[in-house]
Amino acid sequence: MELIVDLISWACILTGGTFLLTGGIGILRMPDFYTRIHAASLMDTMGAGMILVGLIFQTGFTLGSVKLLLVLLFLILTGPVSTHALAGAALTAGLRPKNTDDRTGGTFMGPMTHVAENDPPHPDLIGEDHR
Amino acid sequence: MIHAVALGGMLYVLWLLLSGYWTDGLLLSLGAVSTVLCVLTARRMGIVDREGVPIRQAIRAVTYWPWLAWQVILSNITVAKIILNPKLPISPTLAIVPYTQKTDLGQVIFANSITLTPGTISVDMALDGILVHALEGSGIDDLMEGEMDRRVTAFEGER
Repeated sequence: MELIVDLISWACILTGGTFLLTGGIGILRMPDFYTRIHAASLMDTMGAGMILVGLIFQTGFTLGSVKLLLVLLFLILTGPVSTHALAGAALTAGLRPKNTDDRTGGTFMGPMTHVAENDPPHPDLIGEDHR
Repeated sequence: MIHAVALGGMLYVLWLLLSGYWTDGLLLSLGAVSTVLCVLTARRMGIVDREGVPIRQAIRAVTYWPWLAWQVILSNITVAKIILNPKLPISPTLAIVPYTQKTDLGQVIFANSITLTPGTISVDMALDGILVHALEGSGIDDLMEGEMDRRVTAFEGER
């Protein structure tokens, strides 16, 4: 029984490690900032997640595994917020995605660019209340 | 009131799990006191409402989270394949994905679900939709089909 739990937990940890490595390779290979964030999100989700699941199998039914589960929960809830903030800040500062198929018709390339080009601003200036 | 009670109960269970004291009466009651203090402070801050303590969503999470976890695993494998492909077959796409959620909470859940799934990032919010950057055009196509949007709206449960 213990052997089976060990095997499952090591399989999880190794999978997590593989995804961490893949995410690292992805960050190096991707051409620009926005595509690199996509590679980094591999490490956020499967990388950290699978390693924590593997560790939960190692600790078994104890308070320790509850704490690991809480770590996983808070990681999942806060990870996307920081990723979103990073991407939003880059776009606001005027960093344009390279070689990108822009299906918005260029209406949405960050609030700062509208000021520069004298376009009518999209109704999404930062700090403006929608309601 | 029901939100305050639910918040208090949740905080006390969290306190019990993190501290691990089950038997000592003095410590248990001190934990209860700190829980009540937290709830009172939160009430004074005005965050104990249906947005700050989403009780209904907490029950529906039982069906939504496993589906989201499965989507995250699938798209992780897709992105890992792209990264390890020698040709690096990416086609970055920017598009506005419409949403049907009525509340801020529902829209945040949708935007965060998009970001949590590798290959798509929600970059900005507007009145007509969420600006999404995707590693592949197919990521945008999947979102435009709207299955995630429908599920988040059902999860939000505001109708």
